[in-house]
Amino acid sequence: MDYLLTDEQKMIKELSHKIAEEKIRPVAAKYDKTEEYPWEVLKIIADAGLFGLFIPEEYGGMSVGVLNLCLATEELSRACGGIAVCYAASALGTFPIVLFGSDAQKKKYLPDLASGKKVAAFGITEPEAGSDASAIKTTARKEGNHYVLNGLKHFITNGGDAETYVVIAMTDKTKGARGASAFIVEKGMKGFTFGKKEDKFGIRASSTSELVFTDCKVPAENLLSREGMGFIVTMKTFDMSRPGVAAQALGIAQGALELAVKYAKERHQFGKSISSFQGIQWMMADMATEIEAARALVYACARAVDAGVKDVSKDSAMAKMYASDVAMKVTVDALQIFGGYGYMKDYPIEKYVRDAKITQIYEGTNQVQRNIIALQLIKEMAK
Amino acid sequence: MNIIVCIKQVPETTEVRINPETNTLIREGVKSIINPFDMYAIEEGVRLKEKFGGKVTVLTMGPPQAEAALREAISLGCDEAVLVGDRAFAGSDTWATSYTLSGAIKKLGEFDLIICGKQASDGDTAQVGPGISTHLDIPQVTYVKKVEEVKDKTMRVERLMEEGYEVIEIPLPALLTVVKEINEPRLPSLKGMMKAKSAKITVWTQKELNLDPQSIGLCGSPTQVVKIFTPPQRAGGQILSGEIPEVAEKLVSLIKDEVH
Repeated sequence: MDYLLTDEQKMIKELSHKIAEEKIRPVAAKYDKTEEYPWEVLKIIADAGLFGLFIPEEYGGMSVGVLNLCLATEELSRACGGIAVCYAASALGTFPIVLFGSDAQKKKYLPDLASGKKVAAFGITEPEAGSDASAIKTTARKEGNHYVLNGLKHFITNGGDAETYVVIAMTDKTKGARGASAFIVEKGMKGFTFGKKEDKFGIRASSTSELVFTDCKVPAENLLSREGMGFIVTMKTFDMSRPGVAAQALGIAQGALELAVKYAKERHQFGKSISSFQGIQWMMADMATEIEAARALVYACARAVDAGVKDVSKDSAMAKMYASDVAMKVTVDALQIFGGYGYMKDYPIEKYVRDAKITQIYEGTNQVQRNIIALQLIKEMAK
Repeated sequence: MNIIVCIKQVPETTEVRINPETNTLIREGVKSIINPFDMYAIEEGVRLKEKFGGKVTVLTMGPPQAEAALREAISLGCDEAVLVGDRAFAGSDTWATSYTLSGAIKKLGEFDLIICGKQASDGDTAQVGPGISTHLDIPQVTYVKKVEEVKDKTMRVERLMEEGYEVIEIPLPALLTVVKEINEPRLPSLKGMMKAKSAKITVWTQKELNLDPQSIGLCGSPTQVVKIFTPPQRAGGQILSGEIPEVAEKLVSLIKDEVH
């Protein structure tokens, strides 16, 4: 299907495709196995200029928006969902600074993030605060020119490898959600350490770690926006980043479909290619159609975000939820087409199933996405 | 450093098919790319520029569509591009091509270094680079695998041999042809691709270059292609089996039969 992309968008797609095929696909299995952080690949993505896609030009980026970020993420994810998430999670950690940072904060942090010299991460999740983000226990107490952070974040993508973190902590517990604030915390700040690194089912090239704050002194100028804005920062960030997760899911699904079709053509049973069997053909047709429907939704949503449409929460929740559900279904069906070989780690397809699963869970579980959509529907009807 | 990189646009596949009636390459449906060996030349030129400053001019001779190869070279870090193209140059062999390219290089003015890939993947002659240096009367080193040192007026390079390598110091300006061991070519950057899209490509024809008409194109080409053909597939051969003394005896008698 033709999505009427601009020349610039076609270039981003072409370049990301080239990186995925030449530099990611050959090493995807290695990183999946070793769980090493893929610095060598991220350097290639950085040198290509893809880290700056959504960062304003005056801070070293290209300021070309969320759709462009989605195109890059989708193409990279076709080859490896794990390596692509290291890239996309850096965008997640960068968005709060782009959206809410002061000029001084932007000048200080964005150029290195735009060039990919440094990687970012976003820290909100805690052991007791997953979908219920208002249950955050990490605190930030103001002391003179500093805030003192105490608490534990976990399941933080790029945790330990990122240099720049945006962390949500409670500055006023009595105010509930309105008492949360967002801070820029740098790796190496005193009292900021890393705890357990998770051993994961999928996206194993990416790191997922605990962030530990023990009387960590963060300069007051590192407060993003103002006190009490933590949840607004989070929600607005997720509105921007959810199309990216959707694009990741889309890329994983597309990659799995391509492998399945190729395999179906090569695999012979009963004297013919299994792609000549209607049972396989219908599976492939359904997979392709669902992927295309997801793509249309993701791109439409990303375009709405780029056009500055005011409330995109419902759209981005729909895109994230639908694309990730499609990715799960498509990857499982793709593995089915591979039959017994697909279940073996010698073949690349089982990794796609593992990589797809997380997209239904993180940046808001798909149940939470449905809540967002339903609440918005009810709100719209009340108008 | 003022560097000139010479490249050639070639068909992508290594399995080039030949039209048996016309004895020419079948180009339809085959994507054109920069000759893979020239990618190393571009990369080395760009690396030297990044290290020592200056600029890289990429030069090719070919039909108008060779412009795509020049734009790709710009996306990889080259600064300027010149396409030498004219019907008058058609049918050039390696001698006429290197004469024509050397004419364009003279018109470009002063330079420190010319870099070429060791050979093109379609013709495989490895003659154009050395031809250019001959026409320009400058020193050349072929099969360069490493640039060890660059000084003001000289450079030291390693030249790949079948066993080991030679270390050669040459005065500048000079011409190098490079092998794939020299570097790992980068991918283009997004900024580079955008720059390439709008870059101005200079086109020089015989009118601008004003070369000796007897030395260009078909009539400037001493090489005459009589016939191009696909060599016949090698037959499968014969595998002898059994005890070694038996096999040896059998082999000797087969050779004897063959000789008679």
